[in-house]
Amino acid sequence: MSKASRSDAERPSRLAVRKTYKLFIGGAFPRSESGRSYVVSSTKGDFLANASRASRKDARDAVSAARKAFPGWSGATPYNRGQILYRIAEMLEGRRAQFVAELVEVGGLSAKKAGETVDAAVDRLVWYAGWSDKIGAVRGAANPVAGPYFNLSTPEPTGVVAVVAPEDPLLGLVSVVAPVVVTGNTCVVVASERFPLPSITLAEVLATSDLPGGVVNILTGRTAELAPGLAAHMDVNALDLTGVGDPELARRCEEEAAENLKRVLRPSTPDWTVEPDITRMTAFLETKTVWHPVGI
Amino acid sequence: MFEYAPAPESRDVVDIPSAYNLFVNGEWVESLGDDRIKTVNPASEEVLSEVALATEADVDRAVQAARKAYDEVWSTLPGRERAKYLFRIARIIQERARELAVLETLDNGKPIRESRDVDLPLVAAHFFYYAGWADKLRYAGYGESPRALGVAAQVIPWNFPLLMLAWKIAPALACGNTVVLKPAETTPLTALAFAEICRQADLPPGVVNIVTGAGETGAALVRHPDVNKVAFTGSTEVGRLIARQVAGTGKRLTLELGGKAANIVFEDAAIDQAVEGIVNGIFFNQGHVCCAGSRLLVQESVADEVLTALKRRLTTLRLGDPLDKNTDIGAINSAAQLAKIRELSDIGEQEGAQRWSPPCTLPDRGFWFPPTLFTGVAQSHRIAREEIFGPVLSVLTFRTPAEAVEKANNSPYGLSAGVWTEKGSRILWMADRLRAGVVWANTFNKFDPASPFGGYKESGYGREGGVHGLEAYLNV
Repeated sequence: MSKASRSDAERPSRLAVRKTYKLFIGGAFPRSESGRSYVVSSTKGDFLANASRASRKDARDAVSAARKAFPGWSGATPYNRGQILYRIAEMLEGRRAQFVAELVEVGGLSAKKAGETVDAAVDRLVWYAGWSDKIGAVRGAANPVAGPYFNLSTPEPTGVVAVVAPEDPLLGLVSVVAPVVVTGNTCVVVASERFPLPSITLAEVLATSDLPGGVVNILTGRTAELAPGLAAHMDVNALDLTGVGDPELARRCEEEAAENLKRVLRPSTPDWTVEPDITRMTAFLETKTVWHPVGI
Repeated sequence: MFEYAPAPESRDVVDIPSAYNLFVNGEWVESLGDDRIKTVNPASEEVLSEVALATEADVDRAVQAARKAYDEVWSTLPGRERAKYLFRIARIIQERARELAVLETLDNGKPIRESRDVDLPLVAAHFFYYAGWADKLRYAGYGESPRALGVAAQVIPWNFPLLMLAWKIAPALACGNTVVLKPAETTPLTALAFAEICRQADLPPGVVNIVTGAGETGAALVRHPDVNKVAFTGSTEVGRLIARQVAGTGKRLTLELGGKAANIVFEDAAIDQAVEGIVNGIFFNQGHVCCAGSRLLVQESVADEVLTALKRRLTTLRLGDPLDKNTDIGAINSAAQLAKIRELSDIGEQEGAQRWSPPCTLPDRGFWFPPTLFTGVAQSHRIAREEIFGPVLSVLTFRTPAEAVEKANNSPYGLSAGVWTEKGSRILWMADRLRAGVVWANTFNKFDPASPFGGYKESGYGREGGVHGLEAYLNV
């Protein structure tokens, strides 16, 4: 979205073509099956769009799509996943102006600040892209056991991760999604409730970056409605509660997650402009250890 | 089959008091409550001793002692000093290994051959291994100066009482935490002997506290507000309760829970070795092993051959007095566990699977269950889905590697798996696809302090052992 498309009244000679903001599930852009939407306004209070208000059924569909995508994505070579993450960075860089304009409009950022945010998001993607074929070396181990055995530990993706994204709709979103998927997980993301539009625009970037459909699924809507259902979903392996601001909702989600022993990353409010460490990746990694006798 | 003369290990090496108190702040203290529990030898039902059923107030006292020891002593001690305490403990365990092995066998019912040759060597090794980490944490990959979490609440099961204690206490102390540990209700004795070892080692008071009791004692420990970390090994059912209880508290949690491991035998496997691996996989420690290979998946083309060899091998297993050095299969740990094994085995028959056990005379007293296998098992059968935690093997077949993977992963658990084949590329292909924390290829049930252990999915989270095991006790 840009200022130009808003200024219908100023240029009656041609009516702008607005974008319908939909969900991103399985590589496609469906509306919510519920037919619901919610009004998204700018920080100044102007109407911006009717965003899709995803239902719990949409969330279940998204989990199905993520599960379906998991074998292919986790089985892809780390090199391949790294290239695709880098490709996402390229696509985002190419749309820099669009995202700057959108962040200015929906988030009330200054143009300078919005530009820095988009740059940081691109750089974050590049940073994580490089980890795809290094995390195994950093988090794996050749274990010196006391016996004639080959013994090797390697990190593996946990599976389907449900992510409640932070309010920061671009840099925050990129900073929670990239570490989840770079290692081979697939995810269902509940986008920033307050600023959903840049997240769906980011989905357009993802959709044109050779990222297989279903690896990242993005839902817009009410966090309090969507998060508990995902936390309780028996085919979700892990839960990232980073964006859950309400401690009571976070506790409830963590309780629901206990039912199938989901790995839970608890809420936090990091400074997204700071270079991260590897803990957002390791939170969603399993360690697999393989033994084999040594002999002739 | 050969006849063997009895070769019992002497129990003179152990001296069991008639009653134990709680170990808090380096002292033996009486429980603030009046309830006590008897611990019995499951092979004879003889009462060995009485221990306290710690109350919430007892737990509080222990946590306070651990907090004080953390604040005033342990967190300020240089890593190299912590290391030396752990090395000392490791040495004392070696010195007292025979006594501890006999005590473990008496309280748990496992064969002395296993407590002597597996449990005790691994217990000492675990303390040696983590002792060495205490002053090298900055090389572990968790940053320049990773910090301890504080007070760790640790609840352990009855299947490997002293070994599970070692898995919990050694890394916790190495990382600079203090602990309150609750041993299982039916097997408290080696943990209490360990308390005495802490005194012999001059470990500062309060660094290790041992509170005996049952489920409610464990629950009180887990929910204590001044605990920073909870570590639990046990059933998935209890693990869920703990995860729910910890929700919203900010306490760190690691869980090592149940399993239903597939042990997969391909047609090109070395059959005799595979049969040994199958036996070790499910009959080691009477099958009271969370990572037991309780589902045998055998390729259809060799199913008859493997089953014939397996049955022949089972007829040579010796069940009986756990203190006898020739015993392969000891006693089931408790009447309750025996009832559970019987119930699930009966259900196996009712659901249509065929039950087989070798000719086997069970002793008159004590809790016993013969080595048992079920054939004609479908994936939907409860004996193929639920953890029996006993010497009961469910046999299923497969045709292709893909089918083997599909069946192996068709479980909410994901702790371990076994693969038997002579083809290296197939081992690696299988290992890639099995959703399990430990994959044993052409071996099974091997453990080492340097090797991380822990599950995928509902088998829990976190790893114990190796450099990975440090993460559970560091603020990273």
